[in-house]
Amino acid sequence: MNPVNYLYLAALLFTIGASGVLIRRNAIVLFMCVELMLNASNLALVTFSRLHDNLDGQILAFFTMVVAAAEVVVGLAIIVSIFRTRHSASVDDSNLMKL
Amino acid sequence: MNSLIPLLIAAPLVGAALLLLGGRALDRFGHWLGTFASLLSFVFALLLFSSMLGRSVDQRPVREHLFSWISVGTFQADVSFQLDQLSMTFVLLITGVGTLIHVYSVGYMAHDERRRRFFGYLNLFLAAMLLLVLADNYLLLYVGWEGVGLASYLLIGFWQHKPAAATAAKKAFIVNRVGDMGLSIAIMLMFTQFGSFAFGPVFATAHQASQGRLTAIGLLLLLAACGKSAQVPLQSWLGDAMEGPTPVSALIHAATMVTAGVYLITRSNAIFDLAPTAQLAVVCVGAVTLIFGAIVGCAKDDIKKALAGSTMSQIGYMILAAGLGPIGYVFAIMHLVTHGFFKAGLFLGAGSVMHGMNDEVNMRHYGGLRKYMPITYVTFGLGYLAIIGFPGPSGFWSKDRIIEAAFAKGGTEGWILGAVTLIGAAVTAFYMTRVMIMTFFGEKRWQPDAEGHEPHPHESPKSMTVPMILLAFGSVFAGGLFVLNNNFQHWLEPVTGFSEGNSPLSSGVVMALSIACMLAGAGLAYVVYGRSPVPAVPPVGSALTRAARRDLLQDDFNHAVLVRPGSALTAALVFFDSKGLDGFVNGLAASIGGISGRLRRVQNGYVRSYALSMFGGTLVLVATTLLMRSV
Amino acid sequence: MTSTGEAVQFWVLAVIAVGGALGMLLMRKAVHSALCLAATMIALAICYLAQGAVFLGVVQIVVYTGAIMMLFLFVVMLVGVTSEDSLKEQLKGQRVAAVLCGLGFGVLLIAGIAHAKLGHFPGLAEANAEGNVQGLARLIFTKYVWAFEVTGALLITAAVGAMVLTHREHVTAPSTQRELAAQRIRENKQVPPLPAPGVYARHNAVDIAGLLPDGTIAEDSVMNTLRERGQMRDVSQDMLRRMAELENSTAEWLGRPSSERPALPSQPRPELEPVPNHQKTTDDAAKRQEEGE
Repeated sequence: MNPVNYLYLAALLFTIGASGVLIRRNAIVLFMCVELMLNASNLALVTFSRLHDNLDGQILAFFTMVVAAAEVVVGLAIIVSIFRTRHSASVDDSNLMKL
Repeated sequence: MNSLIPLLIAAPLVGAALLLLGGRALDRFGHWLGTFASLLSFVFALLLFSSMLGRSVDQRPVREHLFSWISVGTFQADVSFQLDQLSMTFVLLITGVGTLIHVYSVGYMAHDERRRRFFGYLNLFLAAMLLLVLADNYLLLYVGWEGVGLASYLLIGFWQHKPAAATAAKKAFIVNRVGDMGLSIAIMLMFTQFGSFAFGPVFATAHQASQGRLTAIGLLLLLAACGKSAQVPLQSWLGDAMEGPTPVSALIHAATMVTAGVYLITRSNAIFDLAPTAQLAVVCVGAVTLIFGAIVGCAKDDIKKALAGSTMSQIGYMILAAGLGPIGYVFAIMHLVTHGFFKAGLFLGAGSVMHGMNDEVNMRHYGGLRKYMPITYVTFGLGYLAIIGFPGPSGFWSKDRIIEAAFAKGGTEGWILGAVTLIGAAVTAFYMTRVMIMTFFGEKRWQPDAEGHEPHPHESPKSMTVPMILLAFGSVFAGGLFVLNNNFQHWLEPVTGFSEGNSPLSSGVVMALSIACMLAGAGLAYVVYGRSPVPAVPPVGSALTRAARRDLLQDDFNHAVLVRPGSALTAALVFFDSKGLDGFVNGLAASIGGISGRLRRVQNGYVRSYALSMFGGTLVLVATTLLMRSV
Repeated sequence: MTSTGEAVQFWVLAVIAVGGALGMLLMRKAVHSALCLAATMIALAICYLAQGAVFLGVVQIVVYTGAIMMLFLFVVMLVGVTSEDSLKEQLKGQRVAAVLCGLGFGVLLIAGIAHAKLGHFPGLAEANAEGNVQGLARLIFTKYVWAFEVTGALLITAAVGAMVLTHREHVTAPSTQRELAAQRIRENKQVPPLPAPGVYARHNAVDIAGLLPDGTIAEDSVMNTLRERGQMRDVSQDMLRRMAELENSTAEWLGRPSSERPALPSQPRPELEPVPNHQKTTDDAAKRQEEGE
């Protein structure tokens, strides 16, 4: 099997994640979709690392995970505080940022 | 002694500043302050005059440099004055007549609560006029020129509560602007040609300029003179300017301001002598205005407007004489001075009559006033004799010399001009006799005024009659004094030059002809107005009379030729501006607004929508990158 | 080329990962989405392990499935475990455009990857010579040490940020039970204890509102949190229908004429229906407050 297949898988997952961001309205699910996109890119990075016999890709994936963890913490905190004030987790309900 | 020259201007200028800025505190004695300023200026003028007489002819012109006004590179404008015989003549006339009129105004304006302001304006006028005649360069002259225009505007519109006065002031100002434009362009042309404004360098190098350039400068100076001196085609403001108080008419519109044009042409003699075309234009303007004013004067029933027509006509004489070149300059100025005396006297007399007749100006409502106003009658009569050219009083001498000079021009031109001046003399005699008869002779035709007060004609107070008497003296004796030993000619000759010309007629013949014309005109007037009672309501009259009553349709002409096309042009420009330019700009703004309004809906506030645009953008970027790599 | 074993493993894992991703995308309930995503992440972790990224595979399981996904589940529970997205799309054309964009993007990515040429394929043999963890550690603490330190700062900032965002300061001391009772008496609004949830002999769950004598629900009987989440269930219609059925069968057994029988509700509703209208309850609360004043 050609290891490039991992890249196809990553592309597919990334696309699904991106579509999910556009389609889903629940902020939490939206977040999960973002995480899926990050994971897809991680997979691509790990595969690249393997293709080049080089650990830099894995390092980058590692940092991505750390940043994703930080991002999730803050993002979920934001969702919780929005839910507290607006009683809704739907991103469509937070549409005050318009002209 | 020369340091007195700036003081000549400073006295009335300080007076004006005090009077206009001093406030109510000066109300009680402000008029005397103004009169004193004018008198002081006159005294300075007399001192300078005597000092000038004491010097030899070569030493007479003096120059006084006050300070450097603008100095940029080669551009050098100085505030410096030149007092030569020509300026001296004007200074004496302006300050002398001016002082008399100040005194007269004390009485005439006694009941006007804004008298202090009036004197302030009079002083301002004197200062500007003195600056005009004393300047030694065209730029400073222009300052005085504009100052005179401003003072004239303020004085004509002094009774601004009357719409007619306000309109007349605006009209005078705007018509004068046309002439001012001519002067300013002439000055610019001079600067490009000669690199200087000062009289000395300009006149010294005038012969180096091309004929076309000189003619252009000459014609532009003529345009300026036409504006200030109410000559055709810029004559229309003078008649309306009679809305101002009568002393204003006497000072500004008879003796001083309107003569500024004559001064300008005489002063620029070096240029005009080198530009025969411009000179011809000057003569033509003078001849046309001479007849034009005389005809208008014949038809007017308003005493002041009749005198205004007469002023126009007499200045036409002067302009004509000035256009004749060295033959005529001296006589133009001589007539200017004598005219200053007798016309000021006549205006003051008219003011005195109005004063006695509840401000009635219509001569058809006068009649038989000689018994009630003896002093006015006598002084007015002497002025009358002077203006019609009755042998003896001053007008006869100066006008006769102009007629002679016109003939002396020589050739067909000389004959035509001579004929025109003779006809003018006859018409002058006609309309002045008419004024005289309708005002002082015949039956009483007095009418109660709008409030029903019957007029009680009475002699005016001393402050008014004394100036009239003094002016009458001037109008009687000035002319004789001037022609005695050709005094005036020798006095002015160093400035303007003089040549006898070659008259086809001897001076005796010309004199006889002019006396004959005068008698004919006066006799005709007597036949028409003296033998039968004057109707209180004006008869319909001939087409010419009706036209003359409307100032020979000058306003209609201006309206048709200038105002209406101007309005149409303005309307077209406004239309173009509002529909074209504004339309374009507004349309652009509106379309941007509309597009923005539609584009605004993209900003719907939904984060998923924004994410979609981001994703779409990424899509495009990735597609472009791949495409570029594969190509 | 890789071994056949890895090929088989890849295809199994790929199916699981894509299935999980699609499940996450299509499940209506957030908790189901989270579980699907967890499955995908575990599949990816195995992918990492298979590709020689041992450390990352373990971290993926520990950090992602262990910590992050649990955090997600925690928040899902906080927000409401049964809350669902409604299927109605509010943005015009959003769904179609999203699908089109997704398809286009996927096609582009796959085309781009297919376009790339893979020549030599060395594997990680050399890089992992002294062990994957050691190799990573060498890089992290030498070449990437600065980024690593900054990451530490980022994590601390994120932790502090999360606390700041979710922490609510008490402006006043919380009321004691005694004070609350005194306030109830003073305001004379709800002097007796709140009604209990549940319907006698049929339901006793806390999310089912008690019924008032007229058959409508007593919203006060359900706790605020459930009402806010829209997880209160209304069984009043169902109860009324059952009462009517009971009456009918009794009447039938007694042989009463049909005119005396109560009419059945024309449209029987599902047995347990959630009351999603949490706003109604808050509105009612506001109204009650106004009336009280």
